[in-house]
Amino acid sequence: MNVDNNKIVAFCCANSAYQAADKAGKMRLCYPDNVRIIRVPCAGRVDVVHILKAFEKGAAGVLVMGCQEGACQHLTGNTRAKERLKYAGDLLKEVGIDRERVKMVNLAPDMAQKFICEIEVMMEKIKEA
Amino acid sequence: MIIAERKPFEEIKNMIVGYKRILVVGCRTCVTICWAGGEKEVGILSSQLRLQSSRNGDELSILEATVERQCEKEMVTQELGDKVQDIEAILSMGCGVGVQTIAEIYEEKPVFPALNTTFVGMPEKEGLWIETCGACGDCFLDRTGGICPVVRCAKGLLNGPCGGTRRGGKCEIDPEKDCAWVLIYRRLEKQGRLDLMRKYYEAKNYRKVKRPGKIEALEA
Repeated sequence: MNVDNNKIVAFCCANSAYQAADKAGKMRLCYPDNVRIIRVPCAGRVDVVHILKAFEKGAAGVLVMGCQEGACQHLTGNTRAKERLKYAGDLLKEVGIDRERVKMVNLAPDMAQKFICEIEVMMEKIKEA
Repeated sequence: MIIAERKPFEEIKNMIVGYKRILVVGCRTCVTICWAGGEKEVGILSSQLRLQSSRNGDELSILEATVERQCEKEMVTQELGDKVQDIEAILSMGCGVGVQTIAEIYEEKPVFPALNTTFVGMPEKEGLWIETCGACGDCFLDRTGGICPVVRCAKGLLNGPCGGTRRGGKCEIDPEKDCAWVLIYRRLEKQGRLDLMRKYYEAKNYRKVKRPGKIEALEA
């Protein structure tokens, strides 16, 4: 992994976070250009392997963005994703990567500001290291 | 089903020190079901090893493969094919049998186990597996309603229960664990076979299976 890079991969649920990202665009809000958004049908689709692959391919941080708790279209997708992220954090820690480099974010489709805020928080975390 | 769990990453990492081209081999049978060595777990371990090596600046090349049954020589040779040719070491994510099968086929390559094979058991619920058979070679289940006291009783008693049964049918060794003999009693009660509880059984012959075990179905 290139330690100088600061790429962030954001797995965005099509029902919430992806729409929030879209709304951020419509509102002409600015956010860092090093974010790669990957649209997923549900946060629950994101597997530990996907997160590790993202780091393997050079990401410095991974965000999994899903619906707010209790609002998942697939009922438990976001809670499952949260559990998986804990496991992914453990696996990353084993190879010496800060477990905080992977984070679960719960969003509603209209939370464009929070979408940007979370990306900036992750950016700060990466820059600190 | 054989149950196994992955060794700590640190231990695996230390095993393969000095080797540059490694093949990680999973198995799609028992260890896939117990989330220890299936295709997904092969992907996770390989990814971890690649991340580790790129952080350390090692030039480690990790190949991945998963075979249908690692304990069958034909399947291993057929499915691995020529993937092994340029490999320096093999990291097996199969049970102990799988590791030994691969080691026997590719004698010139060092084969390392990435899993600890723990017991023969069954899935109780999602993410929980319990030991149910000790492979003692002299099955006792006809007398115990299909519950094996040899492995499920902490003391392996053939004539139970002992005095250590606690309230709610739990074991004195572990209050979370059910007393096997209470389970046996309840099962036999349902079947109307409680008379079996009154019978006395002599100590089992644990030497019935000579180790290492060997069964020959067809005599030459």
